[in-house]
Amino acid sequence: MLSIKRLSKAYVAGKPVLIDIDLEIASRGITAIIGASGTGKSTLIRCINRLVEPTSGAIEFEGRDLVKLSRASLRQARRHIGMVFQEYNLVERLTVMENLLSGRLGYVSAWRAWRRKFPPADIARAFELLDVVGLAGFANQRADSLSGGQRQRVGIARAVMQQPSLLLADEPTSSLDPKTSVEVMQLLTDIARERGIPVVINMHDVELAKRFSDRIVGMAGGKVVFDGPPGELTDSMLKSIYGGEDWLH
Amino acid sequence: MNTAAARPDPFPVDGWKRAGWLLLAVYVVYAAAQMDVSWDRVVSGLHNARHFFERLFPPNFSRWDLLVKGLGESLQIAVLASALGIALSLPIGLAASRNLVPAWMSWPARLLIVAARSFHPVIVAILFVKAVGFGALAGILALALASIGFTAKLFAEAIEEISLKQVEAVRATGAPFGSVIGIGVLPQVFARFIGFATYQLDSNLRNSTMVGIVGAGGIGGTLFAAFQRFDYDFVCAILISIIALIMLGELLATGVRAIFIDGASIGDLFRRGPRAPGGRHERLLEDD
Repeated sequence: MLSIKRLSKAYVAGKPVLIDIDLEIASRGITAIIGASGTGKSTLIRCINRLVEPTSGAIEFEGRDLVKLSRASLRQARRHIGMVFQEYNLVERLTVMENLLSGRLGYVSAWRAWRRKFPPADIARAFELLDVVGLAGFANQRADSLSGGQRQRVGIARAVMQQPSLLLADEPTSSLDPKTSVEVMQLLTDIARERGIPVVINMHDVELAKRFSDRIVGMAGGKVVFDGPPGELTDSMLKSIYGGEDWLH
Repeated sequence: MNTAAARPDPFPVDGWKRAGWLLLAVYVVYAAAQMDVSWDRVVSGLHNARHFFERLFPPNFSRWDLLVKGLGESLQIAVLASALGIALSLPIGLAASRNLVPAWMSWPARLLIVAARSFHPVIVAILFVKAVGFGALAGILALALASIGFTAKLFAEAIEEISLKQVEAVRATGAPFGSVIGIGVLPQVFARFIGFATYQLDSNLRNSTMVGIVGAGGIGGTLFAAFQRFDYDFVCAILISIIALIMLGELLATGVRAIFIDGASIGDLFRRGPRAPGGRHERLLEDD
């Protein structure tokens, strides 16, 4: 499904953030990437849809190497990759409905988008999704009037509007309180499982990662140091991912 | 005692600053002497001014047809110049925003803006009168150029201050560039852009009454002619009409801002007190 091969990224030459990452993502299931701040989790996930340009390596997705794509084909590929962001990244001054429909921008011409002439089928699906994420009746509210949890629900709905074949989530709960975090993770994983979309999530919270994922990838120093089911993530593994041990127990 | 001496003086004397102030004072005195600005000159000037003001009143509106024609032309110049200038400012401002376009595109656009800003509208109006001949066209072109210098610059600055996170999210959906601009960028700057545009209309309205002095159309030409013929009562009538026109423009601009930025309805504009309780107005105050 998604296969990352020898992926490296250095923002500054000679100081790589990612070093020869090899990772296979199956066409189903939730994969959580954990690791300390600054180990390149965000960079890895942003390299997949090339919001960050990889320095070297290959990312095969739907039979094509994303790293080699031209701008136009990259846009086409991005349509199949939904993304959920840490700070929601909604367009604050637009309504919830407009934010949801922005998930369809890859399929609608700019001229139609400017005039908000979205296909009726898209609009109907947006209303359905609003029900699914528990925001029925919020369609005409501006995004900046919502709470954090509500915003992230809109963020998830926008990504799902793309009808993606892969969902990326970059620290989707790091700006939320613990209760809302669990609710948002539940929603995200429920939607993904129901629709059979594989998900790659960056997480800080080890407990949340264990609870909601089928597979955990631990990163340290720009490399993958653990890859397995949550049950195998022992304290000694966590020690090698995060370093130190005082924070455990 | 020992430590007190070691501490630096919290209010040190800055010799350069003092020298700077002194230099400024000396230059003001020198310039006044050079320009023959003396008390005697002020007194004789005031005497002349009294004479002038006596002839201004009462204002003479008998040639109202000339007045209306001139004001109408000024209004047309202002509106057309604003429409043209603002329409051109959008793409130019976008091209000049360094966070969205590559440097090879933003530098020429910034250069164009600086060029448009570097001359006063009157000088530009003179140039256009020489280029396209007397009349309103020269005034429209001159003020449109001035509008670009002002609005495009402010617009570019507004775009440079937007949140790129929102843009990133739109980009990640595979949206084409035009949609990234329309959905990710414009909503963030639209309210400010309406603000800039109405200020520009306001400013163009004032400037359109002046370009006529150099022959570029509008009430300014009538005003200048009246001055030269010493028709001071007619001058007074023209000045009062200009004030009325500017106030009308101000009112219009306030209304446009209220509708576009605060989400007021036409009816709200004629109501006193705070508008639209719980509407957009209150939220804007929080995030602006």
